[in-house]
Amino acid sequence: MSDDLDDLKSLMSGATPPPDPARRAENITLAQKNFADLQGSRDGARLTSDRPKTGLVSGVRNMLNTLTSRAGLTASTAIVAVGLVMLSPLGDRVLPQSPDAPYAPAELRKPVEMSEPVVEAPVIVEHTAPMVTMEMASDNMLGAPAPSSRAKMSAPAASGLVMEPPVILPEADTEAFANADTNPVNITTESPVSTFSIDVDTASYSVIRNSLTNGQLPPKDAVRVEEMINYFPYDYTAPQGDAAFSPTVSITQTPWNPDTQLLQIGIQGALPDLADRPPLNLVFLIDTSGSMEQPNKLPLLKQSFRLMLGQLRPEDQVAIVTYAGSAGQVLAPTAASERATILNALNNLGAGGSTAGQAGLQQAYATAAAMANKGDVNRVILATDGDFNVGLNDPEALKDYIADKRDSGTYLSVLGFGRGNLDDATMQALAQNGNGQAAYIDTLSEAQKVLVDQLSGALFPIADDVKIQVEFNPSTVSEYRLIGYETRALNREDFNNDKVDAGDIGAGHQVTAIYEVTPKGSPAERNSPLRYGSAETSAASTGENDELAFLRLRYKAPGDASSQLIETAITTSDVGNASFAAAIAGFGQLLRDGTYTGDWSYADAIALATRTKGDDPFGYRTEAIQLMRLAESLSQN
Amino acid sequence: MLMKTDDTSLALAAAGGDGAAFATLIERQYDRLFRLCFRLTGSQAEAEDLTQDICAALPAKLQSYKGEAAFTTWAYRLCVNAAHDRRRRAATHAKAASGWGDWEVNRRAAEAETEEAIDWLTTAMRSLPDDLRDTLALVLDDMTHAQASDILGVPEGTISWRISQAKKHLAALRQEETQ
Repeated sequence: MSDDLDDLKSLMSGATPPPDPARRAENITLAQKNFADLQGSRDGARLTSDRPKTGLVSGVRNMLNTLTSRAGLTASTAIVAVGLVMLSPLGDRVLPQSPDAPYAPAELRKPVEMSEPVVEAPVIVEHTAPMVTMEMASDNMLGAPAPSSRAKMSAPAASGLVMEPPVILPEADTEAFANADTNPVNITTESPVSTFSIDVDTASYSVIRNSLTNGQLPPKDAVRVEEMINYFPYDYTAPQGDAAFSPTVSITQTPWNPDTQLLQIGIQGALPDLADRPPLNLVFLIDTSGSMEQPNKLPLLKQSFRLMLGQLRPEDQVAIVTYAGSAGQVLAPTAASERATILNALNNLGAGGSTAGQAGLQQAYATAAAMANKGDVNRVILATDGDFNVGLNDPEALKDYIADKRDSGTYLSVLGFGRGNLDDATMQALAQNGNGQAAYIDTLSEAQKVLVDQLSGALFPIADDVKIQVEFNPSTVSEYRLIGYETRALNREDFNNDKVDAGDIGAGHQVTAIYEVTPKGSPAERNSPLRYGSAETSAASTGENDELAFLRLRYKAPGDASSQLIETAITTSDVGNASFAAAIAGFGQLLRDGTYTGDWSYADAIALATRTKGDDPFGYRTEAIQLMRLAESLSQN
Repeated sequence: MLMKTDDTSLALAAAGGDGAAFATLIERQYDRLFRLCFRLTGSQAEAEDLTQDICAALPAKLQSYKGEAAFTTWAYRLCVNAAHDRRRRAATHAKAASGWGDWEVNRRAAEAETEEAIDWLTTAMRSLPDDLRDTLALVLDDMTHAQASDILGVPEGTISWRISQAKKHLAALRQEETQ
């Protein structure tokens, strides 16, 4: 029987003609003309996209899906409770009826957020949440959000009245994000020196994109501004000669504050000739626990690695280690030229079991050690949804283990997949200590960016332990603030201490750091001068007056134990143009808390980003503007 | 240049008025839509016309696209509906011109027989009722039963049933042929 279907299928594929090119062009032109006509008939301001309107039921479902588990419980409890009252014999007398209330799912969130968490919530929710009840409930909640507390009280007693429950509960959400408090404004005379480690990760941006495209603002802690800025390529000058990297400094007007300036420090890593790159030894450490089964996890991972395989050379070696319950080597070290063998092993991976992260890591490092040859680059690539639920669960202990291995010359990169139990904190800890990069892969396009377009940067380190120290001149700068890099702060004395670990730069990587600086005497000064402590400091008298700050960079050549120093003065003449990075920095701060951005809004960010988009060959910036528009709409709810 | 954005995001951007996104989207999706149109209609000329209908209507329809379903699913639904509309119009037209229509149909049938152009595929597809053919067209386009049920707006069980009906049809046809 199915033979017929298969026959038909192959016949059909054979018989389907290619579209006529002339008609194709004609039809596409027609579509574009209609599209353009439609735009013309609308209002001018098309930069803001309307918040998507959804049907009532799906609206409620979306709402439940996007709430965190605790809020979700509260929400469903409140809705069910009101619904119960409506179904109970007395219910229709308890709440005023308003059958004509218009459908407006957005309004639902307000009453939901108002209600307090209820202790007995899980019990109620397990018993009751039929769709019928929810529809009735939401109709009436619009008219009467207030009596919900009374409704809650009557809920347990009335639960016997309710029909069979198709329970809609949001999936338990165990995401953890690594972040710290937003950097404060520093007073130059009190602490003139700012020290931090560079960060080439971009995971935060992908997580934010994933949240926004799913219709919710990202959790504040998921926003790491520096990772958002570093997601985008900028036009920095390439280093000359043998230098590993070169800094580019520019000073621009702060978009969100007319009285301050942005000091943008860009670092461009050298892109060595890849033709004679050393052979690579890669160990894919793949999480195949049960939680990886979703389409945006293991299947996406397989596709991503397939993309990457095309970038490898015959002399490179690949091994695959999986961990789920117990760790195991799936593919012994194999030359990259044996594509079929590698693809086969990759395709045969299936998800199931719990996650023994530590055992997996140990085995992966052991495999990498066995593959190591002199002159090769060794790297473990960990692909996981971040769920390390068996064995060593303590990120601190895991960190120490990886830091140990880092010194043996094997690097670690971490690729995050999927949402729901993304343990961003652990992933960050692993990558930062493994001298690697943490990226979050939510789409195949992101895999393309990280594993194909920027593979050389991800795999070939050109400088280790890169630290940045900026000393501000108190006679020209009264206050300064580093935007982002909260999780990367270093102590002032760590800068010259080669034992202190910091981030690495890969081939062709770019790193951008932005300070908001308040010039001396500017009305934007946030701190009033001290009455008793205004004595001249020595730094003020020695600094040149057109110098804003002094930039120091320290890095080690890969494998070296001692660091090299690059120094350069930043003067008031280093004026640049408004940059796309500034727009992203503003966007990130708005998503985070907006403490320092004043009245500056998403609309301003969109305008600035659109203006400074420039040449955008891969469409990354266009996508960012789209995300800003989504965030603007979502933030109005 | 939005080469690296997925169709659903592109469609959302286009729904929000982004012309570049729309251009990329239609350029990328045209061949796919055409392929489905061919499978729904069974003739190249019909398929070109149907795709034109869809291209003309897509910009306006897109405004109501909210990203709830994947863009492909949504677009396929659009195709199937457009094919229905077209068939309905064709049926009305045929009724209005029935006298001439009979003559024309006979003439074409005769022509076709002499040409020996009707292969097993064409026979098979033409012999199926519209609903079975639509379902089969989707499933042959690598849609799962769940996706097809979503596109056609019928329960998944109906899809499975239709596929088994279609298989029965095909088996019967095969038997006739071999006898």
